[in-house]
Amino acid sequence: MEKTQLRRQLANIRQSLFDQGFLDEQFVQLEELQDDANPNFVEEIVTLYYRDSSRLIVSIEQALQKSPLDFNKLDALMHQFKGSSSSIGAKKVKAECTQLREYCRAGSGEGCLRTFQQLKKEYTTLRKKLEAYFQLARQAGPIDSACRPK
Amino acid sequence: MSTASSSSVRKPSESVPLQFPAGLRVLVVDDDPTCLMILEKMLRICRYEVTKCSRAEDALSVLRRYKNGFDIVLSDVHMPDMDGFKLLECIGLEMDLPVIMMSVDDGKNVVMKGVTHGACDYLIKPVRIEALKNIWQHVVRKRKNEWKDLEQSGVEDVDRQQKANEEADYSSSANEGSWRNSKRRKEDIDDAEERDDSSTLKKPRVVWSVELHQQFVGAVNQLGIEKAVPKKILELMNVPGLTRENVASHLQKYRLYLRRVSGMTLQQSNLNNTFMSAQEAFGSTLNGLDLQTLAAAGQLQPQSLATLQAAGFGRSTAKSGMPMPLVDQRNHFFSFENPKLRFSDGQQPHLNGSKPMNLLHGIPTTMEPKQLANLQQHSAQSHGNMTMQASAQGGQTSSQLMQTPQPQARSQILNECTATSVTRLPPTIQQSILPNGTAGSVLARNEFTTNSRGGGYNLISPASTMSNFPMNQTAELPGNSFPLQSTPGVSSIVPKGRFPDEVNSISDIKGSEGFVPSYDMFRDLHPQKPDWDLQHVGVTFDASQGSLDIPTAAFGHQGYASSQQNGHNRHTSTVGKAMFLLEEGSDNGNAQSMGQQLNPLFDDGSVRVKMERASETSSQTDLFSEHFGQEEDLMSALLKQQQGSIATAESELEWFHHNTPV
Repeated sequence: MEKTQLRRQLANIRQSLFDQGFLDEQFVQLEELQDDANPNFVEEIVTLYYRDSSRLIVSIEQALQKSPLDFNKLDALMHQFKGSSSSIGAKKVKAECTQLREYCRAGSGEGCLRTFQQLKKEYTTLRKKLEAYFQLARQAGPIDSACRPK
Repeated sequence: MSTASSSSVRKPSESVPLQFPAGLRVLVVDDDPTCLMILEKMLRICRYEVTKCSRAEDALSVLRRYKNGFDIVLSDVHMPDMDGFKLLECIGLEMDLPVIMMSVDDGKNVVMKGVTHGACDYLIKPVRIEALKNIWQHVVRKRKNEWKDLEQSGVEDVDRQQKANEEADYSSSANEGSWRNSKRRKEDIDDAEERDDSSTLKKPRVVWSVELHQQFVGAVNQLGIEKAVPKKILELMNVPGLTRENVASHLQKYRLYLRRVSGMTLQQSNLNNTFMSAQEAFGSTLNGLDLQTLAAAGQLQPQSLATLQAAGFGRSTAKSGMPMPLVDQRNHFFSFENPKLRFSDGQQPHLNGSKPMNLLHGIPTTMEPKQLANLQQHSAQSHGNMTMQASAQGGQTSSQLMQTPQPQARSQILNECTATSVTRLPPTIQQSILPNGTAGSVLARNEFTTNSRGGGYNLISPASTMSNFPMNQTAELPGNSFPLQSTPGVSSIVPKGRFPDEVNSISDIKGSEGFVPSYDMFRDLHPQKPDWDLQHVGVTFDASQGSLDIPTAAFGHQGYASSQQNGHNRHTSTVGKAMFLLEEGSDNGNAQSMGQQLNPLFDDGSVRVKMERASETSSQTDLFSEHFGQEEDLMSALLKQQQGSIATAESELEWFHHNTPV
């Protein structure tokens, strides 16, 4: 009973993440990869992403503090960040990455700094939401639908 | 959503191959751990055997270490330690595996770069599993092309394998015909290594490290290229665990290489000088062919021809057994260029499958035979051989020849490369330029050292005639290389110190011809350690061979088999071979323990093969034991180096030659 409710709640949260543009289709791909062998696959991936990208964030911050800005380096870092983010389906974060890269190419330091702030905001917001989501998912128990026929 | 709709569980005892493309051995390289993990999972779901690397260097080590251990490579474009395109080239050069690039970048320029560097596909990140489901097609396609080349060149092995294949009960859903043959061939090669060898045991692949090759060369020189027979060479070398067959095949290749080398300098018409002494081993047929063609082409002086023939016939060592049929095919091949094959008959026994020699079309690639021989020795070599030969023959793929796994001394390699590439040249050319092992060849050898990066990279342009080739090669070779040297029919091509030029030129040519970019890589790679060079000759070859072995050949990937055994879907990420290899030290019997979880994940800085043996190991053990039983002596020697550490690179690579059933 409670589980059913939890599951419903979970489904709603999940749907809203998509609806609000936080996640995209790639996230669904990840969910489809989850199976008996890796029942917490999505969570693991997301955890890995946040762990790895936090390092990237630090590097980007450092790069942004340099003067003059090394746009190439910044672009390379952003490329990496974008790749990572897109692989988990972090839609908004990815969009910010793209934007930042544009500013890099344009050589606009101001634009880069501004966009980066925005990026961090999205990044953190998503993280919180996903943490809550996974926590709920654990409470709700394994969902059969997670095991899709392969 | 696995690609294999029905997975046929294969027990080690049976030889029913896995339903292709399940079991495809994929190496994925990406510095982003998130992407890497996702890709790995996706690939596993596709029922592939996955190995992941987070660094390009690690990937190269793994590829070199486990020659023929992989069928395809997926690599990210932007990586911190090495540019993805550079890795792409390296792999193409050394191992000739299909490589798929991936990136979040979808700009036209980047994608174009992938094309020009030889990637067989380019995926935009985030990669979807659907895209991965079809990557096997690149493996098949490549094999098919190689097969075709081989067939054209009349490679014996191919022929032989083909027959074997036909008999095999393969249920691949992929292209039947050549793919099936290739694949089968690969399986058969793995399974039936013995066929190539006289023994019925699978022989471990010998890695011709720089040192080993130098020892070999020393022995050959001591005996005199004319008189250098595998048995004596083996005695002189006095390397434990090395078999006569190993030496024989290596000798073949070496001869081809020499031939090619001398041929290289010879721009088209001068080719007639070198005769493939190597041919002897290979069967004069080839030589004969070459000679014939050359003669026909008016390039071969009558007496040269005679000498060549004489030289060719001189050798009677039967090297690793190239199946005779190959010779026939080759004749066939030659015939259309020059219908006069004749020698073959006499020499066929000698051929060990050294068809390559002829293949090289007048390129005196002593290496070729050797390579071929080695190839043959090795399991699944045949495939490689074929390619080698094919390329030698002037088939298109020079790259295949390149594959010859002779990790000979650089020079050798280079020679080989040239040789192979030379093969592509029309038969009329140089075919018979085979530098005999006379002094010239010695020289050549020395000179060549460096260039042979890839050993035998194949000819660059199939279409190009010798002239092409010589261009690159810079006819540095002293004029004498062409003409027969004092020894009958043996002309050693000695591109004195020119190799580097040659190499470059070759690469250039390659470029111009639209050749495999990898060749250029070769150049870059050149400065790398010798081990690498050596290996990569072998590696390439093996790789190509290995790749065929997708459906686990009887003993196929160990991991694979075991997984099958369990009926477990191939989740095992074992690089079958790798797994086995890792455990080598423990002896086959330990397969089980080995199998167990070697799961070291790839981390930065260390190459670890992530292997999951989901399946039981017992079957594996059996599997392993069967295969490896024989190799113990050699293996133990080798294993010492490898014991436990996959990560060690150089030394292990050098010698490790595990003939893993791949």
